[in-house]
Amino acid sequence: MKTILNGIIKENPTFVLVLGLCPALAITTKFENAYLMGLCLLIILVFSNLVISIIKNIVPDAVRIPVYILIISTFVTIIEILLQAYVPVLNSILGIYLPLITVNCIVLGRAMAVASKESVKTSVLDAIGIGLGYTVALMIIAFFREVLGSGTITLMDATSSLTGYKAVYTLPTTNFFPMNIMSGPAGAYITLAFFVALFTKLRGGKKHESH
Amino acid sequence: MSLISLFISSILAQNIILTKFLGICPFIGASNKEKNAFHMGLSVMLVVTLSSIITYVIYYYVLVPTNTTYLRTTMFVLVIASMVQLMELLLKKYLPKIHQTMGLYLPLIATNCAVLGITLLNINNDFTFTQMLVFSFGSSLGYLLVIYIFATIRERLETSDISKAFSGIPIALLTAAIMSLVFARYL
Repeated sequence: MKTILNGIIKENPTFVLVLGLCPALAITTKFENAYLMGLCLLIILVFSNLVISIIKNIVPDAVRIPVYILIISTFVTIIEILLQAYVPVLNSILGIYLPLITVNCIVLGRAMAVASKESVKTSVLDAIGIGLGYTVALMIIAFFREVLGSGTITLMDATSSLTGYKAVYTLPTTNFFPMNIMSGPAGAYITLAFFVALFTKLRGGKKHESH
Repeated sequence: MSLISLFISSILAQNIILTKFLGICPFIGASNKEKNAFHMGLSVMLVVTLSSIITYVIYYYVLVPTNTTYLRTTMFVLVIASMVQLMELLLKKYLPKIHQTMGLYLPLIATNCAVLGITLLNINNDFTFTQMLVFSFGSSLGYLLVIYIFATIRERLETSDISKAFSGIPIALLTAAIMSLVFARYL
């Protein structure tokens, strides 16, 4: 439990470690995309950490990174094929950011820092914590960007064919709201900047742990 | 789309850092020295252009005929990583001077999402061979341009008075936001 909470708050991959920013900035225009992306990363992270921590003693140090990348990309491909088969809409929304999980600093970073050293149980728990932390961070960013940028909250839309449930709420518009800028690239940078600053402030102004 | 407009838009309006968010880890983390940023950008240009050509050929002449396009991600990552390794060895042997300046960045580029991202975009956008060349060269030139401008701005930021919580990464992100407004023609 402590390991999981650690991943969500103290070592939040997006707000504290500031890793794996590409998808965090790119697909957070809609609330729905954010949690689905987070979920994909969570699944990939758990399985790759599990496999890597099991084989950690067999892999020689010299070829560690290539082997890890191969394992990660295998799980990415599996998720990609599953999405193509069952939720093709989602696959086209996530676009290239799904295969890009392969070179995501979070997944490889956790493989190097945790899965290659700790026991199977610790690695899996760590993966769940970091994965959840990432999902929560993406949901927070996407919530602000969607509400401010498009004036809607999309809880379930693209996957509604799968679940049979659709929920998109529209907020009243005013003169200055919604602001297009927030759903554009600049909005992504601004939102993330404010949250990283907020987390730094909450942790007592300590410097970021750099990459 | 004509080749010239593809080239211009891939450098400016469709810039990979500022609109597609590819390769921002080194962009935020490492680019606070003007010279380093320039060398890093040059290395990225070299790797992106070469690996785009190789992955394009592999995709259309190996993966498509054998009906194994689902292996694309794995294949591309392997190709990029081994190409970077090979390039480092060749540079060390034949051009030691260039290796001294660029060698440091090559291993980092192997896991840079800009490289994998551009090679995947080439395939996703159904580019012809010429379009692919123009797009990958233009995008990586855009990368060099932005990372260089950004590094010069950050050199100024280092000495300026910024509130404690915003110093470091947050102010860098805000700078990037303003730059992306300029590049995306909001301002």
